[in-house]
Amino acid sequence: MVQTLPYLKESASQTAGPYVHIGLAPGAAGFDIYRRELGHDIAGPHPNGERITVTGSVFDGTGAPVKDVLIEVWQANADGLYPGTDDVEDGFRGWGRVIPDFDTGAFRFDTVKPGAVTDRDGRRMAPHLNLWLVARGINVGLNTRMYFGDEPGANAADPVLALVEQAHRRDTLIARAEGATYHFDVRLQGDGETVFFDI
Amino acid sequence: MTQNDLFGRHLIQRDREWHPPAYAPDYKTSVARSPKLALLSIENTASELTGPTFGHGDIDPIDSDLLRNYASTGDPIGERIIVHGRVLDENARPVPHTMVEIWQANAGGRYRHRKDSYLAPIDPNFGGCGRTLTDAEGRYAFRTVKPGAYPWRNWVNNWRPAHIHFSVFGTAFAQRLITQMYFEGDPLIAKCPIVRTIPDQRAIDQLVAVLDLNASVPLDSIAYKFDIVLRGHRSTFFENRPEGN
Repeated sequence: MVQTLPYLKESASQTAGPYVHIGLAPGAAGFDIYRRELGHDIAGPHPNGERITVTGSVFDGTGAPVKDVLIEVWQANADGLYPGTDDVEDGFRGWGRVIPDFDTGAFRFDTVKPGAVTDRDGRRMAPHLNLWLVARGINVGLNTRMYFGDEPGANAADPVLALVEQAHRRDTLIARAEGATYHFDVRLQGDGETVFFDI
Repeated sequence: MTQNDLFGRHLIQRDREWHPPAYAPDYKTSVARSPKLALLSIENTASELTGPTFGHGDIDPIDSDLLRNYASTGDPIGERIIVHGRVLDENARPVPHTMVEIWQANAGGRYRHRKDSYLAPIDPNFGGCGRTLTDAEGRYAFRTVKPGAYPWRNWVNNWRPAHIHFSVFGTAFAQRLITQMYFEGDPLIAKCPIVRTIPDQRAIDQLVAVLDLNASVPLDSIAYKFDIVLRGHRSTFFENRPEGN
């Protein structure tokens, strides 16, 4: 026998299921219960930086839109600072919940473009949104990032994108820029499968 | 604390053999929704080590009382229960002041959701969701009714065991977790394809709440205890970090 380690095990994940909206976005489930639902406003009323809109869809391995997905967004402000850790402008939450249209699967949200964040080795990471996807059929929430198509220089120097072995797959993490609107589709499986992270 | 203070920190790696795999064919919906390619493992940066925080200004005390937070003409139908426990990390430290959200079916197994068409009736006095913040010791409590089992389309005759969905934040976005709580003694647990996506029986047992008569309110509500464990920070001995380990 040897000594035992004192660590606990992380509780195992289970799918968020088809009714995730009841818990995390009851308005979308069709009822009004809380004084204020959380996650509707990522950047707050007076954010620094450039206001942007992000549109897209999540597709399954057959190419069908995943209409019951719920996406959480976590991002730095325009100065590359995260709320809770650094001082950010009043009202900037950096976090939001995004739900697609139940009929089409298309999602859309407004925020500001984040600034570059420094990694643990002091390298600047290109501006990005951190995304976490949960849905029926997803057993452990999927982490990925959305980078910005109008930042080719910063993206080329990004240490995380550089870790993607197949260079063409980096494009799955880069949103197409059309002015202040960015289009970003996520493919869970198959051709053009999005790079998901184990963080 | 600033981003610089995060540089010496790492979360304990997530044990992918403890969690369910993405592809679990007996849970049919996972087949087309599971990535086929390997996840890209990245070291934690500020993007993963920070996360949203919530305060008492964001939520109301009534939000944790599902017997009352949607009631209009009386209490909801069903077995009155208290679900309580602690949010801990893998180092067995409490996770204080973090948001816990739950959602569930009513006592008949019906969800208040525009997409649920099960024939069991909606309860006019039951919404089915709640949220609260853990206290300084990581404790939380909800009052609700015990949810019913219900059928779902997977195989022709599948039934979900009674369960409550839990969503927990922690302090880092990489700790974000959604799971489900089951009830001690339910024979449907062992037969459920969603439960059985979890490969290790010990990991399943960790999701089964235990009857806790000591926390019950006599002649009022029975109690179940359910602790939730989030990822912990791993030790980084000999790294140049002035505040110690």
